[in-house]
Amino acid sequence: MVMKITLGGVSKPHSSKTMKTGDWGTEYPVVDEEKCTACKTCEYLCPDACIVVVEKEDGKKVAVPDYDYCKGCGVCFSVCPAGAIKMELKEIYKLEVC
Amino acid sequence: MKKVVRGFYSIAYSVKLCRPDVIAAYPITPQTEIVENLAKMYADGELGNCEYVTAESEFGAASILVGASATGARTFTATCSQGLILMSEVLINAAGMRLPIVLVNTNRALSAPLSIWNDHQDSMILRDAGLMQIYVETNQEAHDMVPVAFKVAENPKVMLPFMINMDGYKLTHAYEPIDLLDQEVVDSFLPPYDPPVYMTTKNPLTFGCYAPPNYYAEFRVVLQNAMERAEKELEKAYKEWAEITGRDWGGHVVTEGVEDAELIAIAMGSLTGMVRNVVSELRNQGKKVGLLKIRTFRPFPAKEIKEILKDVEKILVFERAVSFGYEGPVGMEVKSACFGLTPEFYSFAVGLGGRDVPGEEVMKIINEVYDGKVKQGFHFGTVKPFEEVVV
Repeated sequence: MVMKITLGGVSKPHSSKTMKTGDWGTEYPVVDEEKCTACKTCEYLCPDACIVVVEKEDGKKVAVPDYDYCKGCGVCFSVCPAGAIKMELKEIYKLEVC
Repeated sequence: MKKVVRGFYSIAYSVKLCRPDVIAAYPITPQTEIVENLAKMYADGELGNCEYVTAESEFGAASILVGASATGARTFTATCSQGLILMSEVLINAAGMRLPIVLVNTNRALSAPLSIWNDHQDSMILRDAGLMQIYVETNQEAHDMVPVAFKVAENPKVMLPFMINMDGYKLTHAYEPIDLLDQEVVDSFLPPYDPPVYMTTKNPLTFGCYAPPNYYAEFRVVLQNAMERAEKELEKAYKEWAEITGRDWGGHVVTEGVEDAELIAIAMGSLTGMVRNVVSELRNQGKKVGLLKIRTFRPFPAKEIKEILKDVEKILVFERAVSFGYEGPVGMEVKSACFGLTPEFYSFAVGLGGRDVPGEEVMKIINEVYDGKVKQGFHFGTVKPFEEVVV
């Protein structure tokens, strides 16, 4: 199939949804559900709207990162008042150095 | 209709005749009076349905025009120097988005140290941006090139931003008799903008989408192809302009007395006039010198330039910019165009930061090169003796 190159890279809206940016970062946030108070500080301050507080089946509310788009900036980690978020290095960047 | 006007007005009046839809601007010396003139025309109701937006910065002005142009509006702005480089992030995007924004850059030096006076360092920084660039010699040429710029920028085969470079102060502030165009002439040359793609509130679009490595390169190939087509389309527009108005400014380059020349002097912009006078005086003295005026800088008319320079012994470029760590940018381009030829090459950076370039200096440089008294390569023009100190 021949690739279609549009004038000026014009595309229909919502194309950014299909372009996942979750692989850009080096680290990713991990939420400790025990410590999370569902205060939404991370949700308000995430520059990419990638972490949202949701209600789980058992009724507990916790922050859940969207790894499809999270670029790993660490804002959620640095603003969490409960210290419930830590940044972890992605597997592919783990390297044993002798 | 001939009127004595300043360079600012010669541009503003021509922009008005091009029936722009959106003008966004931020003032910067020596450009301000171009957009002041346009603002007055707007306030006086002379710009039809045009929107005139006073932006909070040059970055803002260029961004407003990107949005406007994406909706299919004919857009114009003017800037220079620090303003141009503040716009650069947006303008490079506009080139990639293939938006035919027209801007006039009133060439001014770059800081630091702060200088509001003329040279070409500002526009040379945008050499690789994907903008078409031409340099004008006179205010009449500047006046005439505005409709040409819109016509070529909006040509469906091109679709690129267009930057007209006119020397700050040297041209902008000068009073000259200008044969102001008639509306009918401009209308017959420049049709309304018919955008191949544009967005509306009912048909929203993303311009300049996200292109991962498996897509990006092709977009840049397409941009390069557009520039190559622009070379032909611009040439056609220059010719059509000459036919319609009877004012022939030439093609991408203009030559005088190059056929039998041993030395060809190369210049761009307002300095060309001075070099022309000196070259013609030297001709009268029997010296075999010629002039090559470069009008189009991007797309660069390399083949044409090589053909003109193929038999010449000495090439002498008058520069108004320096690529620090190498040499003058015009000389670099000319040398690259001449690859395979073996002339002697000289380039001189003159008139930096608005320093006067008197005829005597041009005469001295040409004579010294002609007589073989200067070593080949890059030189600065006249500089005063100085000593480097800390404070």
